[in-house]
Formats: sequence, C-alpha cells, structure tokens
Amino acid sequence: MSSVLDRDIRLASVEPQHIDGEPERVRRIRVQAADRFKALGWPTTKREEWKYTSLTPLTSIDWKIDQSQPAGSDPAPLFGEMPVAELVFVNGALSTNKSTLANEHPGIRVLPLREAMESESFGQHFAKYAGYEQHALTALNTALWQDGAYIEIAPGTAIEGFVHLFYVGGGTAEHPLMSHPRNLIVVGRGSQITVVESFFGKGMYFTNTVTEIVAGESAVVDHYKFENESLDAFHIGTVQIHQERSSNVTSRTIATGGALVRNEINVALTGQGASLSMEGLFVLSGRQHVDNHTLIDHIAPHCDSLELFKGILDGNARGIFDGRIIVEPNAVKTNSRQTNRNLLLSESAVIDSKPTLEIHNDDVKCNHGSTIGQLDEEALFYLRARGIGEKEARNLLVFAFASEIVERMKIGVVRESVSRALYSRLPALVAEQRGEG
Amino acid sequence: MLNINNLHAGIDGKEILKGLTLHVGVGEIHAIMGPNGSGKSTLANVLAGRPKYVATSGTVLYQGKDLLALPAEERAREGVFLAMQYPVEIPGVNNIYFLKAALNSIRKHQGQEELDAMEFLQLAREKMKLVEMDETFMNRSVNEGFSGGEKKRNEIFQMAVLDPKLAILDETDSGLDIDALRIVAEGVNALRSEQHSVLVITHYQRLLRYLVPDFVHVLADGRIVKSGGKELAEELEQKGYEWIESEVAVAQ
Repeated sequence: MSSVLDRDIRLASVEPQHIDGEPERVRRIRVQAADRFKALGWPTTKREEWKYTSLTPLTSIDWKIDQSQPAGSDPAPLFGEMPVAELVFVNGALSTNKSTLANEHPGIRVLPLREAMESESFGQHFAKYAGYEQHALTALNTALWQDGAYIEIAPGTAIEGFVHLFYVGGGTAEHPLMSHPRNLIVVGRGSQITVVESFFGKGMYFTNTVTEIVAGESAVVDHYKFENESLDAFHIGTVQIHQERSSNVTSRTIATGGALVRNEINVALTGQGASLSMEGLFVLSGRQHVDNHTLIDHIAPHCDSLELFKGILDGNARGIFDGRIIVEPNAVKTNSRQTNRNLLLSESAVIDSKPTLEIHNDDVKCNHGSTIGQLDEEALFYLRARGIGEKEARNLLVFAFASEIVERMKIGVVRESVSRALYSRLPALVAEQRGEG
Repeated sequence: MLNINNLHAGIDGKEILKGLTLHVGVGEIHAIMGPNGSGKSTLANVLAGRPKYVATSGTVLYQGKDLLALPAEERAREGVFLAMQYPVEIPGVNNIYFLKAALNSIRKHQGQEELDAMEFLQLAREKMKLVEMDETFMNRSVNEGFSGGEKKRNEIFQMAVLDPKLAILDETDSGLDIDALRIVAEGVNALRSEQHSVLVITHYQRLLRYLVPDFVHVLADGRIVKSGGKELAEELEQKGYEWIESEVAVAQ
C-alpha cells in the first residue's frame, strides 16, 4: 500500500507537498511552483487562452488529496491483451499489486516517478518542458504531485507493444478528492515506444495531470490519451512534447468522459526534420464541457505537423477547439496543416472552434480550417432506404464520423476499447437528441 | 403489386406530379420515360419515401398497403428498393457491414432468420460476380471514391443482395458505358421472375435494348400521357419527346 498522507491538503492554501527523500532540486522546484500558483491564481475567462472555460465550478470545491486506497478500488484490467508494462494509480497513488513494471525488457525502464528522482535523466529533463511559470495548473501539479510514471527508453531500442498508464479516480460530493499525476517519458535516440494513458473513475473527483515527453533524435513515439472519466469528474491534463531532430511523434487524444475537461497538448518541434501527427476526438453529451487547447511550435526548419481534431456534440454539451500553430522565423520549409471538424447532433450543443496560424517567415506551406455541421441527410436517407432504422442509421453515421480517427489508432486493443466506449455512448446520444432518453 | 392513383406530389410546396396513375402487376417490368423535368425522379423519390417529397393527394397502394404512410426504412423492409440516381458517398461506413445490416433488418422484418457473417459473405460474393464487381470494393466505405459507373453498379449489387419485390431504377443508365449498361440489365434480368416487379425510370431508350419492358409509359408534366408496349420506346427514340409533347398539347 502506498503512503497515506495524514494531512488534508486544501486548494485554498497551496503548499508544496514534499515526498520523503526528494532531491534538493525537486524540493526547490516545488516551492517555486507553489509560489507561482499563488501569484498566478486560478485562470479566469479574462485570459485569452481560458476565455471559453470557467473554472468556477472546480475552484468552489474544497478538494483534498487522499492517497489511501479504499478496499475494492482496484480496477479491472482495461485491455484484454497485456501491455509491456502497466502502472495503475488510484486517486494518484500507485496500486502496487496491480502494476507490472516488466523491466526484463532490455533498454526500457518503467518506474513510479517517486522512485526515479535520483536518475540522471530525471535530473536532466524533469519540469524542463512543462512550464509552471505561466501555467497555473501545471504549477499546481508541480507543487503537489505525489507520484506518476517514469519511462526511459535507451537509445536504439524498439519496444513492441505498449506501456499503459491507468489512472482511476473516485470520490463523492462529501469527500471530493483530487490527484496530480506527473509523468516523464524520455525516449532515446532512434528508439521506439507507444504509451497509452487512460483515465477512468466513479463519482466526483479532480484529476490534474502533467506528462512531459522527450523524443530524442530519430525517435518514434506514439502517445495515446484516453480520457473516459466519470461524468461528474473534473479533468485537466497537459501533455508537453519536446521533439528533437528527425523524431516522429503521434499524439492521439480521445475524450469521452468528464463534466469539465481541459486537454492541453503542446508540442515544440526543436530539431530539423521532425514530424508530428496530432489527432483528437471528443464525444460529448448532457452538460459536458470539454476544452481542447493545442499549441504546435515550429522552431526548427523542415518540420511537418498534421493536426486533426473532430468533435461530436449532443444535448447541451459544449466543446472547444482552440488550436494554435506558430512558425518561428527560423522554421523555413515548414509544412503544416490544421483541421477541426465538428458534428452537432442537437440544437442546444455548442462548439467554439478557433484554429490559429501564426507565421513568421515566408518559406512555408501551411493551411488550416474548421467545419461545423449536422448529420448528412442524404446519407441518412440512403441508409434508411436500404432498410436500416433511423436510430441505427444515425449511430452508424456518427460512428463513421469518429472512425477516421479511431481506425488510425495502431494498437488493436486500445482501438477496440475506444470503439466500445464510443458505441456505448451512441444509443444515449441519439435517445437524448430525439427526446426519448 | 403497385397501384398509384391520381397522385399529386412535389417538393418545397411546388407540385411536380399532377395526377399520376399507374398500375404495376406482379412480375412486370415497366419503363417510365420522359423529358427532363417531367417528374420522373420525383416519382421515384416519393415512392421510396425521401424526406421533403410530399404527396398532397392521391393514393399509393403497395401489396394492398398504404405505402405513403410508411417511413423509408419500413418501405425497404417491405421489399421496395430504389436504385438511386446519385448514390451518396458515406465515408467511414463499410460497404459490407452496411449491406449486411440492411439485409438482416429486412430479413428480420419478413420473419426470416438473420444471416451470420459467413453466410452473408457467401451471398455477397455470388452477387458480386453477377455485377462483375471487384471484391476489394466490399471493404471500402460506401461509394467513397467510386467512379460514376462503379456507384451505379454498386446499386445493382445491393439490389441483387437485398432481393426486393419492387425495384425502382432511377436513371441508373445515365452516364454508363455499354459494358456497365449490360451489367445493369443483367442484374435486373436476374431479378426478373414471377414475384418481382421493376420500374425502370429512364431518359433514354438505350437500356431498354438489353432490358425488355412489358410496358412503356411516357411521363410529361407530372402525368402519364401515353402508355404502350416496348415498341413505344423505339418510337420515342426515333421521334424524340417533342412528338409526345405536341400530341398532348393538341389533345388539350
């Protein structure tokens, strides 16, 4: 069993939460981060990058960290096929009896973050990319994190299969719990790895996660984030990716859960010839609010980035796509495309789409665009004219809209798990829309 | 099979069919010909139940049932099939999955056992040969990236699999080369039996060389203005539609 904090940590007074034996540098960073959070305060809608999302429902709750794991909280395995390694966290604390480190694979190290603090690579990379100076939630995570995953792939190592980081949250309105998982993934030169992060849970809780990924020269990194939190949960997640020369990163974000969600994915293309494929899918209903915020910074020349986010919104859901691509003065021969497509299934669902390109040199190929539409009535009639009922036809078309992204997920078990989650949402989606729910 | 009586119908408040009457018996092939704008496609769409096409008066009885009262999917399940003039592309919906779902919903409705994946595949392969369709088409999205001819062929393939009692072909021959035309005709001829009826809507007489109709009707300004046997189609080909139109004008 993991350590049990006997203190109540309330957000009203954010103090750095040190771990026994943490190195001086980590200690110092925590203190700085806590100070920054106090200085910045919670982001408000007055800030441009938070203009669509008010955190008031989140900040009015007196969240606590409690890493004791109630009996029976061990989650069932998510995937039929075992990953190469799996770390399971319950309310932020490692579930030791459910986790497998599988470090017999040469070249891969998977550790709880709190056990990796002395490693050279941790010292070199931790908190270097996810800036806590300007980002209040990252500062909060940096001050309060208790555990997370550390994954290090030695140069020239290709890992088949995937590493799974599984976060399970739980809490109630009377006992609202928060956790701040923190991950560091360092992939060496010419290495290859796939990491899947899944977020599930029951009841009311708040997850504020930060993952830093370093893709070394010519490394191939696939990162999947599957956010399927409880419909009463709050989730704020930042994935910060640092790409070196000729590295190839694929980022897939699937959001189906949560009451109030912010997915932030920031990528810095710092080495020549790096390429990035970033895709996202959010499927919302009821009163869900999901804010996707992406930043792709083209710093080095000859880099490619392809971004596609798709939203499916029903009921009174609100979705946001706020994507920004910056092409720096030195980033000549940049190739970049940014697309956001949205499907609105009800008249009361709302989408804000804000694709932004910021280009600081002339020698680039960039384009961006966004669409918002309803189900194609012609397609619907075509299916019905072949005998398929209206409800099923609608589901088929909604799923088809999502499938472009789902089908490109390379790991079979992950693809199936995501498909199941989407399918399980579809009948509700349609019922709600047609007033039969 | 199908009895249309004094049907008035249109779209967006504009009346296009102005009292159409037509009787199609079991096992018969009827061709409906007519110039552009005469109401041919409106007839097809009203019969298939396309939203926005509204019948304002008249009746359509299909196997004794009020066809107009049924939603589109119910009509299909009762055995009505419309081969569309412009088959829509549906990215992300797999052809074979779609067609299996369609066939099984029809079979279920008709009290037949649903086919499992193997049985369906066997049936689909057999029908694909009939329309000379490459099997790779089956695993693609419905009509996505298909050429015009491939889309029409896919319509006939679907028709062959779904085995409708009443097939309506809405200008399936338009834009087809001679090979595709032959395949379409063979698909329809394979359906020809004592139980099946076919309504071929066309602008040209070409298809009717391969597909010999029992009756030919000429539609003009929303009404059937002339009916006859297969020789009427040839006469139209030689004389053009102006001949009919002037004849109708004289009669009025």
